[in-house]
Amino acid sequence: MKQGIYKITENVEIARSIFKMVVTGDTSEIKKPGQFINIKIDDLFLRRPISVCDYDEKSITIIYKVVGEGTEKMSGLKRGELLDILTGLGNGYDVSKSGKYPLLIGGGVGVPPLYRLCKVLISEVKNVQVVLGFNTKGEVFYEEEFKSLGAKVYVRTVDGSYEKRGFVTDVIKDLNYTYFYTCGPMPMFKAIERIAKTSGQYSFEERMGCGFGACMGCSCKTKLGNKRICREGPILEREEIIW
Amino acid sequence: MVDTKVNLSGIIIDNPIIPASGTFGYGHEFAGFYDINCLGTFSFKGTTKEERFGNPTPRIAECTQGMINSVGLQNPGVESVINEELPRLKKYFSKPVIANVSGFSLEEYIYTCQRLDEQDQIGWLEVNISCPNVHGGGMSFGISPQSAFKVTKEVKKVTTKPVYIKLSPNVTDIVSIARACEDAGADGISMINTFMGMSIDLKTKKPVIANKIGGFSGRAIKPMALQMVYRVYEAVKIPILGIGGIADAGDVLEMMLAGATAVQIGSQNLVDPYVCKNIIEDLPCVMRKYKIDRLEDIIGGAH
Repeated sequence: MKQGIYKITENVEIARSIFKMVVTGDTSEIKKPGQFINIKIDDLFLRRPISVCDYDEKSITIIYKVVGEGTEKMSGLKRGELLDILTGLGNGYDVSKSGKYPLLIGGGVGVPPLYRLCKVLISEVKNVQVVLGFNTKGEVFYEEEFKSLGAKVYVRTVDGSYEKRGFVTDVIKDLNYTYFYTCGPMPMFKAIERIAKTSGQYSFEERMGCGFGACMGCSCKTKLGNKRICREGPILEREEIIW
Repeated sequence: MVDTKVNLSGIIIDNPIIPASGTFGYGHEFAGFYDINCLGTFSFKGTTKEERFGNPTPRIAECTQGMINSVGLQNPGVESVINEELPRLKKYFSKPVIANVSGFSLEEYIYTCQRLDEQDQIGWLEVNISCPNVHGGGMSFGISPQSAFKVTKEVKKVTTKPVYIKLSPNVTDIVSIARACEDAGADGISMINTFMGMSIDLKTKKPVIANKIGGFSGRAIKPMALQMVYRVYEAVKIPILGIGGIADAGDVLEMMLAGATAVQIGSQNLVDPYVCKNIIEDLPCVMRKYKIDRLEDIIGGAH
């Protein structure tokens, strides 16, 4: 965990209401895919937690959807502006459990943290399958980016305006895989839970106060006891989740 | 060289900067950001006799210049605090700490206070009779002078360490409650806890907080906290820990001028984890700016 000042080098709309922001600064505290950062925004009291899509030695990429006041303000920020950010938050995905054929399942704005995860898994010579679900064509993003990493990518849209109509589960039910990792909305999680054939990891979200475990604002009950989504999460293993 | 030391019921603390209960966990989380030994002390997470999960989520809402929380006293229970949290804290913090205690019955307050009073690391007890987020406990003890008197009296009987009573601002007359605590033998007053508040989501047209109502804190409450500390200072002789909306060294001086012996910093820790460290570093400079040599000299100076 670390606080730092970061410079925005890119902040562009890549799909409908979906923005990609790149900031430069200290990334030494980010250790795993699936971790998040917590961003201070002018005139707002609480920071805004956003998952890390990708990072290198000096830059962090995030992808966020404009859903409220915080993300609305973020979308108006310009290149060169500075942001106060806490980095290295959350537990992140555990890649050691993936087996040879991991499956990545992303729904809407839950897709971004899977990008870094995919990169890591492919670097370990895993055969990665990625299933991405979106509401409609205008909201589809990062299909090509995942393909460029070398993953086998399937896309479904709820309204059928791009690729086949359907849900991620329509694809997953016919796939073979050794483990799964997912991030997305709760209804998608519940659908996955019904049909998943292996163990896996889910990334949860919750309204947070601090993002680093101090306030107990984002707690949830698990089979292994109470956990803080920001600290012992946001990634929980399938076996410990109480639905 | 300016002097930032203050005397808190017989224990001299290096400076009057104290993270408030519920915003600092049991210290461990912040030790990842900085060496917390720079603090005067801190008040640990509100602890009850039994383990508590707390309220359903969402428990947190954004507000203008502040936030609402409805955590509901989530904590691992007093035995876990004694057996796990305090030994772990010893590694990061070598000063006496404030034990914040809550309960749902008089017996629970007495039991938990007694258990924590026995622990060497505890310097003070802070009895929370002001939590707005639990039913049948917490604040219900703090809304009348009679019940505040009763809790204070009973806790004092079984403890040896200084007892501070943490008061709610959600009352008609905080002065009479503070007086009742003093009459019952309290060693100090911590004030104030959060204001009851609400936020409604325009998209869902429902309250943001699952429990609908929570406790509002943040910079916005500083003027209200300040006037309450100011009035209570005139009514009691025991020290006051001033709490409410403090975010910088200037706020600390203001609160002390109103009558606080030391201050607690709450929700600002959540959005700026380094705020207490920064204030401690800024204090000497700000004191010099306002020609203050000894911080203790300004307590109640605005009267």
